[in-house]
Amino acid sequence: MTSDTQTMAQAGPYEAVIGMEVHAELLTESKMFCACSAEFGGEPNTRCCPVCLGLPGSLPVANRKAVEFVVKAASALNCRINRATFFHRKNYFYPDLPKAYQVTQYGDTPIGIHGWIQIETPEGGVKRIGIRRVHLEEDTGKLMHVSPLTSEVDYNRSGVPLMEIVTEHDPRAGFDQINTAAEAREYLVQLRAILTCLGVCDGKMEEGSLRCEPNISVRPAGSATYGTRTELKNLNSFRAVFRGIEYEVRRQIETITSGGKVVHETRRWDDENGVTATMRGKELEQEYRYFPEPDLLPFTFEESYIEAVRGGLPELPSQKKLRFCERGLSDADAATLTQDMALAGFFEQAAEIHGDWGKVATWVLGDFLRLLNQSGADVAGAGVTPESLAAMIRLVEDGTISGKIAKSVFEEMFKTGKSAREIVEASGQTQISDEGELLDVVRRVISENERIAADFRGGKEKSLGFLVGQVMKHTGGRANPGLVNTLLRRELQQAD
Amino acid sequence: MSFDLDSISTAWQASEALCSGKVSSEAHTRALLERLRALEPRLNAFLAILDDEALAAAARYDENRSAFASPLAGVPGAIKDNMCLIGAPNTCGSKILAGWKPPYNATVVNAILDAGGVILGKTNLDEFAMGSSTENSAFKVTSNPWDFSRVPGGSSGGSAAAVAAGAAFWALGSDTGGSIRQPAAFCGLVGLKPTYGRVSRYGLVAYASSLDQIGPLTRDVRDAALVMNLLAAHDPLDSTSWPEPAPDYTKSLVNDVSGMTIGVPKEFFGQGVEEDVASAVWAAIRLLEQKGARVKEISMPNVEYALPVYYIIAPAEASSNLARYDGVRYGHRTEMQCDHVAMFEQTRAEGFGAEVKQRIMIGTYALSAGYYDAYYLKAQQVRTLLRRDFDAAFETCDLLITPTAPTTAFRIGERSSDPFQMKLSDVCTIPVNLAGIPGMSVPCGFSNGLPVGMQLLGPAFGEETLFRAAYTFEQSTDYHLARPDLRPCGESH
Repeated sequence: MTSDTQTMAQAGPYEAVIGMEVHAELLTESKMFCACSAEFGGEPNTRCCPVCLGLPGSLPVANRKAVEFVVKAASALNCRINRATFFHRKNYFYPDLPKAYQVTQYGDTPIGIHGWIQIETPEGGVKRIGIRRVHLEEDTGKLMHVSPLTSEVDYNRSGVPLMEIVTEHDPRAGFDQINTAAEAREYLVQLRAILTCLGVCDGKMEEGSLRCEPNISVRPAGSATYGTRTELKNLNSFRAVFRGIEYEVRRQIETITSGGKVVHETRRWDDENGVTATMRGKELEQEYRYFPEPDLLPFTFEESYIEAVRGGLPELPSQKKLRFCERGLSDADAATLTQDMALAGFFEQAAEIHGDWGKVATWVLGDFLRLLNQSGADVAGAGVTPESLAAMIRLVEDGTISGKIAKSVFEEMFKTGKSAREIVEASGQTQISDEGELLDVVRRVISENERIAADFRGGKEKSLGFLVGQVMKHTGGRANPGLVNTLLRRELQQAD
Repeated sequence: MSFDLDSISTAWQASEALCSGKVSSEAHTRALLERLRALEPRLNAFLAILDDEALAAAARYDENRSAFASPLAGVPGAIKDNMCLIGAPNTCGSKILAGWKPPYNATVVNAILDAGGVILGKTNLDEFAMGSSTENSAFKVTSNPWDFSRVPGGSSGGSAAAVAAGAAFWALGSDTGGSIRQPAAFCGLVGLKPTYGRVSRYGLVAYASSLDQIGPLTRDVRDAALVMNLLAAHDPLDSTSWPEPAPDYTKSLVNDVSGMTIGVPKEFFGQGVEEDVASAVWAAIRLLEQKGARVKEISMPNVEYALPVYYIIAPAEASSNLARYDGVRYGHRTEMQCDHVAMFEQTRAEGFGAEVKQRIMIGTYALSAGYYDAYYLKAQQVRTLLRRDFDAAFETCDLLITPTAPTTAFRIGERSSDPFQMKLSDVCTIPVNLAGIPGMSVPCGFSNGLPVGMQLLGPAFGEETLFRAAYTFEQSTDYHLARPDLRPCGESH
């Protein structure tokens, strides 16, 4: 490379490299090393015992279910499962860490290594994002600052099983990297879909059961080395992940182009003001004094165990998506439907009952999703069932209700849990498909709009729409639109 | 009901007296409480005396004798103050745990209480079991009943002194590098460190997790078997606990060693071993030879590295195990008003003693990035070599015999200023913890009126062989019957 091209490369556009470190709280009933409930919440310090409080003399016993969950997740993330694995102690002092060490997995032998997730980029490309490691550890308690001089600690969360999933940063592993905020969000969407599909994590970012701490650095496009990275914290939603990374990438590029230097540090995302700010410096690497946890024996997985876990995996979101596409759904629709297993299940059941996958997808992705978002309800909590949605679509098809009325009927179904037929019969909203009844209205509309009728006859096809609208207005929207169309055309031509 | 306490000195004799109806557990308990109260000003063996709890346990036994099948039911003993017992303070001999009462029982404590055992009190120890003389306790210095100017050994010195002085029929100790066996040798008792994993560590405050093991200190081999029968069991609360059920150790009390091969590793008789000690141990070996055992001198070349390996691994684990004493949740917290980092530092500066601080510093250093491979990792590798030395020895030997300690009990203060000499007193016991195998100290003679102990070593889970050999030796000797003269100075015969 000549010095000229080098200069050009540096003056050229920058590219960001984003590493994702995700912590997922596992949906086990009990904690990682004791029998206490792992459920979120509870009065402070009511879900604790000598083990998760780290009382002198207490000892950990590993939760088999948590281990199985991680083997499951690592398998679904295309990881190699280490046949022999063990725990380490990560030593540091902090009031929310009762033993002053966290039991975690360090080094080359976490449960899962060398996996990947496939994502679609906004530009329509496909990237295979490498996963460096999937490991099991325990969560800390929660520190609450109640006054400038006083802090309180709640150890209910202490010892809850956590799975950590870290993306691959070593290019030699042969995977693609995450380069934009949109890709980072897409990676997280896919990861969340897989974890919730497996039932190992509920994926609630707002409650902290899925936490994402991206590492961000920028470099001249095409450079082989990484720039100085910052770590982002406090990203509590997909939106925050996207905005936070986007802001941080821009900030770093601006810092460099204006002659400054990016500092190696942890930065906190301020969602309200849309900025990141320094949390703590990282000039000194923390000294964690990792060593193998002597209170827990190493464990080895039999081949048959790994095979059994693999064999028991459910259909994964990517497989489901392919199958939906085979039934005629667009890539985008199939992708949206398979991000949430409850939604995908609801859709598939309704589609099976009704038979027309495309029509059902339109309702699920349109009105159903909108109402879910507005109400904050989850799929199971909505008043609509796959059966009632299928029945409603049939009422539209057989002309009992119009598509327009169906929208309001569906909304009422969603809120009350009533069937479409009940709602329609109670409100008299059935569609008018009686030719004699409609013909009177059609004739009246033509006579009241002579000029527009003339326009149509003169070849202005658009004018028909206006006339249809008038008929709808006169019938309170209940007229069968197909029939109105036919009758209007016939009447207009006859009068010719 | 009155009786002559002096006629009963072992746990099994106490049990026989109970079963014959000659004496109640309450009478035993009151007599021992009285004796230990009288001795305590000179002995300093106890950090807590639990009169009410002990008498209540004795009454429970007396009221319903048939409910308790264990020979130790109703028989009073003591536990080292690093084992959790609900309602009693648990200091570990440290100011940093002052005032802390555990809300749960150690698994061994439950085993004792469920069997109808009576716990008289909690015994003194070197702070967090770090030491070889019990002089490192933050609260008191325990004396050796054989000579009150001498140490009882350590770290289970309080337990050893209490049993040797007849203030308890049995006691529990913990052994990380010799802390049961060395005080047993210094006080003329039988002390057993079981195979790592044979006895649950749940509720034992950790010093070095991969080395710690609870075991009995008793007056004779039969008592040790009776206590072990209560202690040895699988515990689902301790992941390092051995899953197989334990045998009945009293079945190994057989007076016969014919056909047994005894290995004598020459490295254990090297530098620093007093001549009296070596000759007492050799005499014991010859006695077993006469009883039908074959004796074989062997070599274990890696034993010489045991001390340095131990002083990397044990402090490394300790530096992590003792990090939780930060003043946030229990125990001592500094009065100083400061932020949380300064609170941690000040609390620990005030709460820990010098020996503990030194080991935390060494361990922290050994685990630090950049030093880990050279120290901790290397030490683990040498530990494996040492283990292989023992594996090789047990391919041709049924058991090994060595001195328990190179010397007899030394004077209080004699080695406090010489940490190397202090640590050398564990040179024969430390390799055993590193290998995870069982080791038993058995009284085998006297040197200038002070007890000498020999150490019997077996392969992992080979406790039965140790019991058999020790019992055979005991049947032909009377060292275990000797009692210290506890009369205060001036009250001579």
